[in-house]
Amino acid sequence: MTFTAPVLSYTLLSPILILLGGALIGVLVEAFVSKALRPVVQLTLTLGTLMLSLFQVWRIRGEQSLTPAMGSLVIDGPAVLLQGSILVIAIISIFLIADTEHFTPLAAALPGSAEEREAAQAGNQVTEVYPLTLFAVSGMMIFPIASDLIMLFVALEMLSLPLYLMAGLSRRRRLASQESALKYFLLGSFASAFFLFGAAYLYGFSGSITFAGIRESVIGGSGNDVLLLIGMAFLSIGLLFKVGAVPFHSWSPDVYQGAPTPITAFMAAATKVAAFGAMLRIFYTVFANAEWSWTPIISAIAIISMLLGSLVAISQRDVKRMLAYSSIAHAGFLLSGIIALNKAGLDATIFYLFAYGVATVGGFAVVTLVRDSSGEVTDLNRWKGLGKRSPFAASAFALFLLAFAGIPLTSGFIGKFSIFSAAYENGATAVVITGVLSSAIAAFFYIRVIVLMFFTDAVEDGTAVEIPSILTRATVVISAVITLVLGIYPAPVLDFITDLAIFIR
Amino acid sequence: MKWLSLLMLLPLAGAAIISALPKSNEKAAKQAALATTLVVMAATIAMAVGFQRDNVDLQFVESYAWIPSFGINFALGVDAIALVLILMSTILAPVVVLAGWNEAHGGRWSVKTFYVLILVLETMMIGVFAATDLFLFYVIFEAMLIPVYFLIGGYGTGERSAAAVKFLLYSLFGGLLMLASIIALYVMSGAQGGHTFDLDKLSQLQMSSTTQNLLFLGFFIAFAIKAPVWPFHTWLPDAAKSATPGTSVLLLGVLDKVGTFGMIRYCLTLFPEASKTFTPLIMILAVISIVYGAFLAIGAKDIKRLIAYTSISHFGFITMGIFAMTSQAQSGATLYMFNHGFSTAALFLVAGWMIARRGSSTISDFGGLQRVTPVMAWSFFIAGMSSLALPGLSSFVSEFLVLVGTFTRYPVHAIIATFGIVLAALYILIPVQKALHGPTTAGNENLKDLNLREKLAIAPVIAIIVVLGFYPSPLLNVINPAAKHVISQMGFTDPVPSIGDK
Repeated sequence: MTFTAPVLSYTLLSPILILLGGALIGVLVEAFVSKALRPVVQLTLTLGTLMLSLFQVWRIRGEQSLTPAMGSLVIDGPAVLLQGSILVIAIISIFLIADTEHFTPLAAALPGSAEEREAAQAGNQVTEVYPLTLFAVSGMMIFPIASDLIMLFVALEMLSLPLYLMAGLSRRRRLASQESALKYFLLGSFASAFFLFGAAYLYGFSGSITFAGIRESVIGGSGNDVLLLIGMAFLSIGLLFKVGAVPFHSWSPDVYQGAPTPITAFMAAATKVAAFGAMLRIFYTVFANAEWSWTPIISAIAIISMLLGSLVAISQRDVKRMLAYSSIAHAGFLLSGIIALNKAGLDATIFYLFAYGVATVGGFAVVTLVRDSSGEVTDLNRWKGLGKRSPFAASAFALFLLAFAGIPLTSGFIGKFSIFSAAYENGATAVVITGVLSSAIAAFFYIRVIVLMFFTDAVEDGTAVEIPSILTRATVVISAVITLVLGIYPAPVLDFITDLAIFIR
Repeated sequence: MKWLSLLMLLPLAGAAIISALPKSNEKAAKQAALATTLVVMAATIAMAVGFQRDNVDLQFVESYAWIPSFGINFALGVDAIALVLILMSTILAPVVVLAGWNEAHGGRWSVKTFYVLILVLETMMIGVFAATDLFLFYVIFEAMLIPVYFLIGGYGTGERSAAAVKFLLYSLFGGLLMLASIIALYVMSGAQGGHTFDLDKLSQLQMSSTTQNLLFLGFFIAFAIKAPVWPFHTWLPDAAKSATPGTSVLLLGVLDKVGTFGMIRYCLTLFPEASKTFTPLIMILAVISIVYGAFLAIGAKDIKRLIAYTSISHFGFITMGIFAMTSQAQSGATLYMFNHGFSTAALFLVAGWMIARRGSSTISDFGGLQRVTPVMAWSFFIAGMSSLALPGLSSFVSEFLVLVGTFTRYPVHAIIATFGIVLAALYILIPVQKALHGPTTAGNENLKDLNLREKLAIAPVIAIIVVLGFYPSPLLNVINPAAKHVISQMGFTDPVPSIGDK
């Protein structure tokens, strides 16, 4: 038996390799750097790694290759755009994660135990969260560029496992945080199992695990269609779980609420980009020719996601849960970009993912600022009068809410317009009309929060707005600027996306 | 000279200057706002002088690429109808600033913010009438809601935040229906020769009559909510009652005109066939608005609500004029929009001063103002008379034109609408009698009459009402060619009067 050395194009893979390298060094830092220095070293290392990776992504932006890693990965325009989006979101999220107030001093200790108190008194910090983030980011970077089922699964697990852990690291309300982590883990594993099951069927259908092979069988129509349908269905369940589409959404409100807010921000924004990126590739290239069999069901899921997300969000009293339901509705909006199945839909979905991701991180960044003596205040009733106490936080949050609602002059409007017009172009009238209607429903609860912040008098209960640290302020300001610029003058970004976003097969 | 973009930039520049002023210097903010609005008004008048009235094409056209990948341009241009409305808006703006000199003091936020919002709104008011790109129009149409929302919710009185939310949700809902129609138009334009939002090109799209009807409804409902036409009117009385008088003037005088303007510019131009299909229904809605608004006004106890209800009735007339499809009614409707702006402004501003002095907005709390505050009472009287379309005041001309123009095609509707005039006499004369005449009721003895600033603010408005009542032809000469053009583009010719046939 001869051994063939794998041929890797290191330049094209460098963004991912840099991240993995950075993550490994991060683990070593945990072991060898003194406790006092660790936070600074880790933050610098992580930021540096992400920036360097982003720089590499920028450098390979024009490249196209089907074989950067022996056909298991693919680098093309959408890949670069999605990777870039993930990195930008990760960078602004890291600013939030750097605020150690959110994390438990000792993750292994029982909530309320003596060890936990000791660790808190000793000023311990879980700096492990930085390498964990880097591992998760590298998984997210691989997910949308995987071009065979094994790689796709590995990436899925790689991005999920660190997130399960990170969800349980909250400093306050640790039991809720741990419960959410466990819930996320169990349901996530379940979804992974579905995913693998689907992958097995697809292998049975086509005799191949590569996207190219499956695609050929789909086009050729040679395989057994029942296997294809089952495979597609189960694979989709795994993916839809990750994006939090109805009916695979039940984890998201609990996890959004329980996880430390910086992690929620990162997870909500970056996971969506990665998972929708993978869905785009799979549905636009692999399953494109079986359109007749998956469009109706994905349309139905999009419609119920939009409606249920918007309707249930109305009754939420907790700001993080409200944003969770809003993200379910947004998953529905994004699915209409998948249904569009045309170039306009691809461009629109990528734009939407980036715009939504940035606004989401910004929104959660504001949530981290509203606190009282026992930590964050997420009860909406106690957000009353925020506009008076902190015009900065309240105006920024209002801007992000308006972007979620899709009001013109924010990035959300351009995103919604482009994604709905692409879907309409493909004849998905029902999806578009539901989308527009649920936008109207959604506007109701976004506006209610604005009313609470600006038009209601404050209750004196010690809810204060933290003076934002420079890093948190940076996150809020960067997100707000991007949200506004993409709303007022999106042409350069849209053109950039349109020029690059072409899948190679 | 790029007049229209200059007009849009000026208020923004003013807003930038005001936001740079220190918070404590409220007077400087007011003066800067007044100066800015006066400059904008002067610039608009200067532009209007250069308007060629016999040319029915768009004038002062500008276009800049905005989002090329969607075929979106920042395109501006005006016909006579848009010009008249921009003129009205920019004249009303300084009046509102001057008249409401102190109205920002009761607000949640600083005086400075109030004027920044007003100026940003002025930019959008000009833009919404001048846009010739559908996407640009929609963006401004929706974005306008934000400053108004904060003006009502932040500076109004009473249940201001509830009223602001109601206003916003109604308008957003209508706007989203329109968005669905716009998306459909955009996609169709892509299939028929390239994505565009250019109004001219969109009006040449081929579409089935079902599609046209559905898209028409998306637009019409949005405009009917904005205008407001019965049964989409319920947000208006609350908003008008809660807003400051100045904001109410802009809301009813200018923003609501976007609805009726939109019906002419977008519904009639883009969907001529569907407009014809729905005309009978819309005419009925218009007549109901006229009569129903009038009845509500007669029953109103609150003076601001009363004015809001009269506006519902007046918007019924305007809508009727637009859809009667005769050039007379069409000119009448446009002139009505202009005149209604000023008569409502006069009513609201004087009512606002009355309320501020008396500390109550209930009509029965006033009485005998004629003796105590003659100037204020006379101003209210003239404004009221203009509102009921007394001959010699401006509204008469427009209401008459609408009725005559409607009668040639829809005699029954016109006759019922004529009862609206009788009812108007009731809803204006009853409060005039209660508030102005008779013995001075307790609590009114020491009210102060208008001061110089207030007189300066109301004088130009009353002057316009009186002058255009006697001599409307300068304005009509501008409007008539455009109105005829709208009608002929729809494929209608005016019916020949059938008097003396037998």
